[in-house]
Amino acid sequence: MLTDEVLYHFKNPQHQGSIEDAEIVASVVNPACGDTLKVYVKLDGDRITDAKYKIYGCAAAVAASSVVTGMLIGKTLSEIESIKREQVSDALGGLSPTHAHTAVLAEDAVKAILRTQREKS
Amino acid sequence: MRLIYLDHNATTPVRPEVLEAMLPYLREHYGNASSLHTFGRTARKAVEEARGRLAHLIHAEPDDLVFTGCGSEADSMALKGVAFANRRHGSHLVTTNVEHQAVLDTCRYLAERFGFEVTYLPVDAAGLLRLDDLRQALRPDTILVSIMHANNEVGVIQPLDACADVVRDFSQQIGRRVYLHSDCVQSLGKLPIDVRRLDVDLLTFSGHKLYAPKGVGALYVREATVMDALINGGHQELNRRGGTENVAGIVALGAACALAEAEMGAEARRLAALRDRLEAGILGAIPEARVNGDAAPRLPNTLNLSIAGVDGESLLINLDLEGIAVSTGSACSSGSVEPSHVLRAMGVDKEYIRGSVRLSLGHGTSAADVDATLEVMTRVVERMRQLSPQWEDARALR
Ligand code: FES
Repeated sequence: MLTDEVLYHFKNPQHQGSIEDAEIVASVVNPACGDTLKVYVKLDGDRITDAKYKIYGCAAAVAASSVVTGMLIGKTLSEIESIKREQVSDALGGLSPTHAHTAVLAEDAVKAILRTQREKS
Repeated sequence: MRLIYLDHNATTPVRPEVLEAMLPYLREHYGNASSLHTFGRTARKAVEEARGRLAHLIHAEPDDLVFTGCGSEADSMALKGVAFANRRHGSHLVTTNVEHQAVLDTCRYLAERFGFEVTYLPVDAAGLLRLDDLRQALRPDTILVSIMHANNEVGVIQPLDACADVVRDFSQQIGRRVYLHSDCVQSLGKLPIDVRRLDVDLLTFSGHKLYAPKGVGALYVREATVMDALINGGHQELNRRGGTENVAGIVALGAACALAEAEMGAEARRLAALRDRLEAGILGAIPEARVNGDAAPRLPNTLNLSIAGVDGESLLINLDLEGIAVSTGSACSSGSVEPSHVLRAMGVDKEYIRGSVRLSLGHGTSAADVDATLEVMTRVVERMRQLSPQWEDARALR
């Protein structure tokens, strides 16, 4: 079953799309089911001024992507290190076991952003 | 927003004529069909009339029909009833791996808890079982074969006549009737079923796929079939199914059968034409979409599509937001729900199972609904693909 929060975010997605001149583009895949999340990050120094995403996945994955991308904006790269799956899950009203790993995908995306940035510098 | 319901294989609305027919049995004619007084006799008469209507639709003897609470109960009753009553002849069952869960889960239960052995026949890419596989699966200890008539997900129609011939030939060889059951939940009222010609022993039917309400089903049991009852507890249904009859539900099923009998041919042609129009429209407008099950004879109302680069569940919800109700065979394989066992059995690859949706048309579906669906679907898929890294990557590879 889908929670009301998942449905809400699915219906009102934020930050969907891509950023042409993004400093960081990170892609993560859920190996079990193939859900794919790609996040574009625009930086001003260390601070994330904008973020957008593309998603191939179930409704919960779409909602999780929307939520986590929103969490990125306005934070510095070191600040986003603290974004964990629990926050994403909580923001979606607590995900059922079936959908719990969509929050993992979101957390993985955050890690991938940080990794990509580290590899660059 | 006008709602468009394209999920008739899941359930159908109750038709007004059917509702009209059943209401008196919820209001003034509330008698127990087993009671001897006027109230009871009125109910009894209605139940028997309904039985006659279903019997007429499939050319059966009314006494060979047992009303149940649903299709799953009828499946369960057929399988368990025959299995338990015929153990002395053997404990081997044969079915296919594209059956409805009610059959598959009952088989699993019989195997795990009671030591029955079950052979699951595969299907080919078209969704059809091979008669040779059936022939080879039959053994001297086989007691029951269960093969669905039309598949709920893809609409593929199995060659039931030919299967019956195979089972009968084998029965003759071993000098014992191997029972043949078929789940006809999706085909009743859509395809002709004639038990005078179709040599089967047990057929499952359900009311709510046929514009009657949920909570009523039926099992056809050919005379002389040896089987146990699933529900004990009364003399109802000639001792084959205990429990007070759902009189109003049974009346509704009867009324639905009468409508189906009167309309079936023309309605099947109308639905097939609408379905084909929708199918052609989608294939024309959406690149890399395919139809599952179109290489075999199909139910006239069913369209199972796979659309590359989109997730079926997300597509379903996007369509729902636009007022269009469909269903999907996609489900997260890392969660507790498995993706469609039918599409997997047909060898459809993963990405296409992920992008599968089923559109099933029905009595209320109009040409305008089909055109609106086509327009919305094209738009929604286009938008989803623009947002799909999967689709983007696949494009980049070309
Ligand atoms: S389908 Fe597996 S998380 Fe979405």
